[in-house]
Amino acid sequence: MAARIGVVTFPGSLDDRDAARAVRLAGGEPVPLWHADADLHGVDAVVLPGGFSYGDYLRCGAIARFAPVMDLVIGGANRGLPVLGICNGFQVLCESHLLPGALIRNERRRFVCRDQRLRVESAGTVWTSSYALGDEIVIPIKNGEGGYVADASTVDMLEAEGRVVVRYLDGNPNGSYRNIAGIANAAGNVVGLMPHPEHAVESLTGPGTDGLGFFTSILSRLVGAA
Amino acid sequence: MGIDTVERAAATPDEPQPYAELGLKDDEYARIREVLGRRPTSAELTMYSVMWSEHCSYKSSKVHLRQFGEKAPATDALLVGMGENAGVVDIGQGWAVTFKIESHNHPSYVEPYQGAATGVGGIVRDIMSMGARPVAVLDPLRFGPADAPDTHRVLPGVVAGIGGYGNCLGLPNVGGEVVFDPTYAGNPLVNALCVGVLRRDRIKLAHASGVGNQVILFGAKTGRDGIGGVSVLASATFDAASADGAGPSKRPSVQVGDPFAEKVLIECCLELFERDIVVGIQDLGGAGLSCATSELASAGDGGMTVDLDRVHLREASMAPEEILASESQERMCAVVAPSHVEEFLAVCARWDVTARVIGEVTSTGRLVVTWRGETVVDVPPRTVAHEGPVYHRPVERPSTQDSLIADDPARLPRPSTPDELRHTLLRMVASPNLCDRSWVTDQYDRYVQGNTVLAQPEDAGVIRISEETRLGVAVATDGNGRYCRLDPYAGAQLALAEAYRNVAVTGARPLAVTDCLNFGSPEDPAVMWQFERAVTGLADGCRALGTPVTGGNVSFYNSTGDTAILPTPVVGVLGVIDDVSRRTPMGFSTATTLILLGDTRDEFGGSEWAWTVHGHLGGRPPAVDLDRERLLAEILVSAAADGLLAAAHDLSDGGLAQALVESCLRGGAGARIALPPGADPFVWLFAESAGRAVVALPPAAEARFTDLCTTRGLPWTKIGTADPASDALDIAASFTIPLADLRVAWTATLPALFET
Repeated sequence: MAARIGVVTFPGSLDDRDAARAVRLAGGEPVPLWHADADLHGVDAVVLPGGFSYGDYLRCGAIARFAPVMDLVIGGANRGLPVLGICNGFQVLCESHLLPGALIRNERRRFVCRDQRLRVESAGTVWTSSYALGDEIVIPIKNGEGGYVADASTVDMLEAEGRVVVRYLDGNPNGSYRNIAGIANAAGNVVGLMPHPEHAVESLTGPGTDGLGFFTSILSRLVGAA
Repeated sequence: MGIDTVERAAATPDEPQPYAELGLKDDEYARIREVLGRRPTSAELTMYSVMWSEHCSYKSSKVHLRQFGEKAPATDALLVGMGENAGVVDIGQGWAVTFKIESHNHPSYVEPYQGAATGVGGIVRDIMSMGARPVAVLDPLRFGPADAPDTHRVLPGVVAGIGGYGNCLGLPNVGGEVVFDPTYAGNPLVNALCVGVLRRDRIKLAHASGVGNQVILFGAKTGRDGIGGVSVLASATFDAASADGAGPSKRPSVQVGDPFAEKVLIECCLELFERDIVVGIQDLGGAGLSCATSELASAGDGGMTVDLDRVHLREASMAPEEILASESQERMCAVVAPSHVEEFLAVCARWDVTARVIGEVTSTGRLVVTWRGETVVDVPPRTVAHEGPVYHRPVERPSTQDSLIADDPARLPRPSTPDELRHTLLRMVASPNLCDRSWVTDQYDRYVQGNTVLAQPEDAGVIRISEETRLGVAVATDGNGRYCRLDPYAGAQLALAEAYRNVAVTGARPLAVTDCLNFGSPEDPAVMWQFERAVTGLADGCRALGTPVTGGNVSFYNSTGDTAILPTPVVGVLGVIDDVSRRTPMGFSTATTLILLGDTRDEFGGSEWAWTVHGHLGGRPPAVDLDRERLLAEILVSAAADGLLAAAHDLSDGGLAQALVESCLRGGAGARIALPPGADPFVWLFAESAGRAVVALPPAAEARFTDLCTTRGLPWTKIGTADPASDALDIAASFTIPLADLRVAWTATLPALFET
């Protein structure tokens, strides 16, 4: 039986169908999760997709963290449930304090959509185990508030503990500290990143298929554990 | 003051009314009195004034636009034609596509961010009101000179507004244009095209049918924003005082957008459509509730009651006139059977969308609006929505047209030495109209929805419709105001031909057309001559190409000071591609033979070279040959389906040189070009003859493709090779430019101008 990966739809989520497609193409079964339902439907992992949840009013992700479904996601994540936050999902994870730091307005104060080269800095998380350390991959980014910031000691800690998951190459698109594109929690089950791996799962519609590894990683992990 | 009820209006026939301030002419006001048999109430006057505005009534253009219907080519593809919110085209496999282009020019000048943002919002709601899921947007834009100070106010705001709104809706932005010309300095053109997809048996129309059915207003609350948007802003020319801020501000007439509200409205509508509980639906855009209720009633059983007390207001103190004229965004109006009202309201509640029953369909033939228990409107809806004034404006070919045509660019000095040609090419690729657009387009999300097969800078946007069968559509927009200025008939056809060609170059079969006709004041006979010639050219062209006009928009009163904008019909063409994996990209990336299709002639009238290098606009535009365009398209489409083409790129502004630079930089391969013996390199590199494309053929496909061209009678010329091992564009016996130098020249311009 295919592993069941939940994809949360908040009002204003945009890339939920894309995330579900990526799960399907990787061989998993996507399960739609509704923001207002306090029910994870027994999924094995959760993806928080990109978009502008609740219009990103107040702050990006600030309202979404209080959605009924997020109580269960936060509780589950603290008990080891694999959770991937993409773009707005990364912002929600930071607002939920599942990941440290915050994402602020891009350095040049403009939305930027481009094919971004990244280096995989950690293959030790459940979402990146299909990659090798140092792999260079191309995945689209598209954000207006993607500048990763945290206090210096937090960033030093992330570096020291190998929790920087992906880093921007060939130009920092948004002013993120130390070119950080994505990070993990200490246990490695929660990963957030600004680039969109779900938009690099088919060569027909993306810059390539370099993003598929995020989804095959979790599926091989879940199948291996079953 | 008391309420100006119907009863009061009948009793006070001589009360002066501010019809002129609302944009109505004396005879129009007299006609309203005649229709009603009394003076209109102030609410009725508001409704008529917005609905009879140029923007809503097409009163100056109607007599000309009829040609699109009269000359429409016979086609099985058209499911819904002109006159509805948007046309619908059958693309096979049970799928239909709806698409339409609109303008939001004046608001975008007054308030660039909100003007452009709500332009996207409005066209998206038009597409939704056909029952479709919006799947892509394209934005053709025109601005004043790239280095003009005001362009630095307008362009970044417009681009941020389009991105800020469209990105938040989750609609990939896959194409469009950015053009600079001094005539747009005080009047930018901000056009927006949206494409939507639906099952062909699920089309919705804006009809209020079924006596007793309920009228539901849903979406955002109604506020005081955008009042008079269609009459004050879109149907008049800016005067100097209002443009520079000395006069009364027109900013309150610009609507304010909330893309999040629109996003949930989209999802809410799609669920309502899925449950099949909507009888008729209409978006609220220009003229707000006045437009939606009168159009729904006029196209349906003819009667409707509306109770304004039930409208969810942002400000409780709003007068009935304001409620009827408000252009608050993100609102829709649906007609629903009484048995489905509860389910309808429950779906809205699930999406946190406010919904209120505000009225009912009747058989009285009257639109009756009440407020605080009093009747404030009682009119025959057709007289508001469909029987507005029709003008036969004077049309006169301007006397200056002959001298303009006589000013042939043949007199201009041309580059001839290799060094001059090289310098010209570098100058051209770096010019504002030909340089890289990524500073603009990188602010738009082109990936969302995961079905974008091709996006700008490709010749057309290509969207996958079905993951199972790989059916897809291609859309391109084009327009060339300089060509139209020289010859509006030919210029409109050249715009059509280019968009048609751009669709075909990707491997898609062109099916249908939408147009946004941007012109100066219809009260100027010279402008009306341009308009009449352009519409006639477009209608004749659509017949020749077999692609009907399905709908669109007219925008008049576009001028900078006393100077009308270049006449700018922007044409959008939609095509279908049976298998998107067979699409042809534009970039040279593999070792291929390069073939130039079509005829190259010494044609520089209205060209980018004449404009960029000499600031010259005169002569005649390139010759139009629509039979040739059709043949070229057929060959490009059939060769793509057979997998013969590695790449293909349309030739247009800047000619062959520009096309080669773009394809080399896009795909990363260099090219070695050997022009035919005796060819004038300047003409071959920079002429803008129509009906041409360059294709890149893998060695194995070369003979098969050239045989196809020869058999069908399409002229072809082998011009060289593309080579991934080469890092230069080499024009044999003339000059060589490293791709790195081309890239710097091509990409540096817009960031240097607009990076702050």
